[in-house]
Amino acid sequence: MVRNDTIGSRIFDGFNIIFLILFAVVTTVPFIYIIAGSFASQAEITARGFFLIPREPRLEAYMFIMESRLLPRSMFVSIAVTVIGTLVSMFMTVTFAYPLSKKYLAGRNVMLSLVVFTMLFNGGMIPTFLTIRMLGLLNSFWAMILPGAISIWNLIVLKNFFQGIPEELEDSARIDGASDLRVFLRIVLPLSTAALATFSLFYAVGYWNSFRPALLYLPSNSAMWPLQLVLRNIVMLAAGNIADVAWDPDMIQPPPDSIRNAVIVFATVPILLVYPFIQKHFTKGVMIGAIKG
Amino acid sequence: MTSASVHSRFFRAIRKHYVLYLLCIPGILFFILFRYLPMWGILVSFQNYNLWLGFWESDWVGFAHFTRFFTGPNFNTLMVNTLWLSFLNIAFAFPAPIILALLLNEVRRQWFKRSIQTLIYIPHFISWVIIGSMTFMLLSSGGPVNAILGNFGIGPIPFLTSVSTFRPMMVVQGIWRGAGFGTIIFLAALSGVDMEQYEAAIVDGAGRWKQCWHITLPALRSVVILLLILQMGSVLDTNFDQIILLSNAGNRTVSDVIEVFVFREGIVGGNFSFTTAIGLFQSVIGLILVIIADRAAKLVGESGIF
Repeated sequence: MVRNDTIGSRIFDGFNIIFLILFAVVTTVPFIYIIAGSFASQAEITARGFFLIPREPRLEAYMFIMESRLLPRSMFVSIAVTVIGTLVSMFMTVTFAYPLSKKYLAGRNVMLSLVVFTMLFNGGMIPTFLTIRMLGLLNSFWAMILPGAISIWNLIVLKNFFQGIPEELEDSARIDGASDLRVFLRIVLPLSTAALATFSLFYAVGYWNSFRPALLYLPSNSAMWPLQLVLRNIVMLAAGNIADVAWDPDMIQPPPDSIRNAVIVFATVPILLVYPFIQKHFTKGVMIGAIKG
Repeated sequence: MTSASVHSRFFRAIRKHYVLYLLCIPGILFFILFRYLPMWGILVSFQNYNLWLGFWESDWVGFAHFTRFFTGPNFNTLMVNTLWLSFLNIAFAFPAPIILALLLNEVRRQWFKRSIQTLIYIPHFISWVIIGSMTFMLLSSGGPVNAILGNFGIGPIPFLTSVSTFRPMMVVQGIWRGAGFGTIIFLAALSGVDMEQYEAAIVDGAGRWKQCWHITLPALRSVVILLLILQMGSVLDTNFDQIILLSNAGNRTVSDVIEVFVFREGIVGGNFSFTTAIGLFQSVIGLILVIIADRAAKLVGESGIF
């Protein structure tokens, strides 16, 4: 691009770059501090206050976590919720989005309106809680998955994606005698692998990060609390702010800073590991979503 | 067309595409069980719902819970706190990604721009629990922020439990998590701008400030208006996941918003009918606001949301 390089323009460029670097630093430094703190001793944390590299790195906090009963268990729960939840969500979203993408399907518009209406109005926290209680899901593993299994946003975007697949491809298969099911399984799904991978990643990140269903629907099943809820409770216990949740009998004392830091690291690392894969896709995802259908 | 032939056409369609209807079943079940059944549960707000008696045996009390809420001591606090957070969000968190996108747009070195983007998008994917926990670690009385302030002879400041720091903390958290990722939609709008416009402006002697004012900002106009109107439509929506982590006995007078109150009094306290009434009030106002927002968007010539 051609631009006139006046002095004012150069000064602006300089400040702009400095500001953007500062913003990126402010974004990243808290992570680095937490990681550094997870490898430091309590004495060092108390003495130094703020640091980004521990003087004598040690693994005590991680050893403690792996030896405790509570944390490996909650990590296992989080992994189970993420894997099973993503599978359930993808199954339900894909099987519903595909029929909804067929304009010729009788009843499609009614179904779509009923789906979109739930974006605008919902029963609210307590009626949803009472419904889940009535369905016998309270304190069960499935209460962390089923009540939010379909993201309406993902459903609509995937429906639009299916609509974008040329009708001729499906028609030619039908002329060859393929049934609706065969067209769906053999033509549509293979053409959508990239989109399906993207949506799976988004669902997986959502499940890994979620703590609200466990907080609302598993009040008395602490054995099945996911890592995020346990992390919340550990940090809040330390802050003396745990009045609204029953605490696991395993841990009466608030754990020291290094252990809390290490739990935060455990909760964050999976996201950072998949981030490069998500990053490849999300700009595209936002673009698809911006086009209404 | 007679209704009989409409019917037979409908059933023929079902027979022809029965597989597609079968595929719908899990999705339909989800919406019935987890989205529409709870709407029926709203009726408990007109009852004195008793968990042991159940829905059918509980007493009906009409609008008693609504009257109690509107005339009670909580109404003002909850509304004021909710509206304050919305106002601060619109005033500070809303413009942040726009400014950031404009600054990123001025960067010429693509590798630098991409590196910054990669870093500032990350917090969007980090859970509120982690962000809340990091906030606790950083801002606690023995934490690094107070340690740094201590070097200047300030503090320690009880950020986490004082009334005056709650709202700024909410806004800063919101910007820290959302401003970077929020630039995507604005950068997408800017990528549609024709480069020839800038070249023509340079030929006409326009500096960078003038280019920004006359070309870049107008390109963002419609997406900014649309997002602003949508934001107005959700002024009663608070971020439960974010607030529940920061609210505590110390800052309750400013941190209590409708959803947190409903959680505490309803799920934890067991006052199901009263809190359902409060939730219904919020949902209805929310619906009305979204409809007004949509009409407003159409009025200014945007495509609206429906």
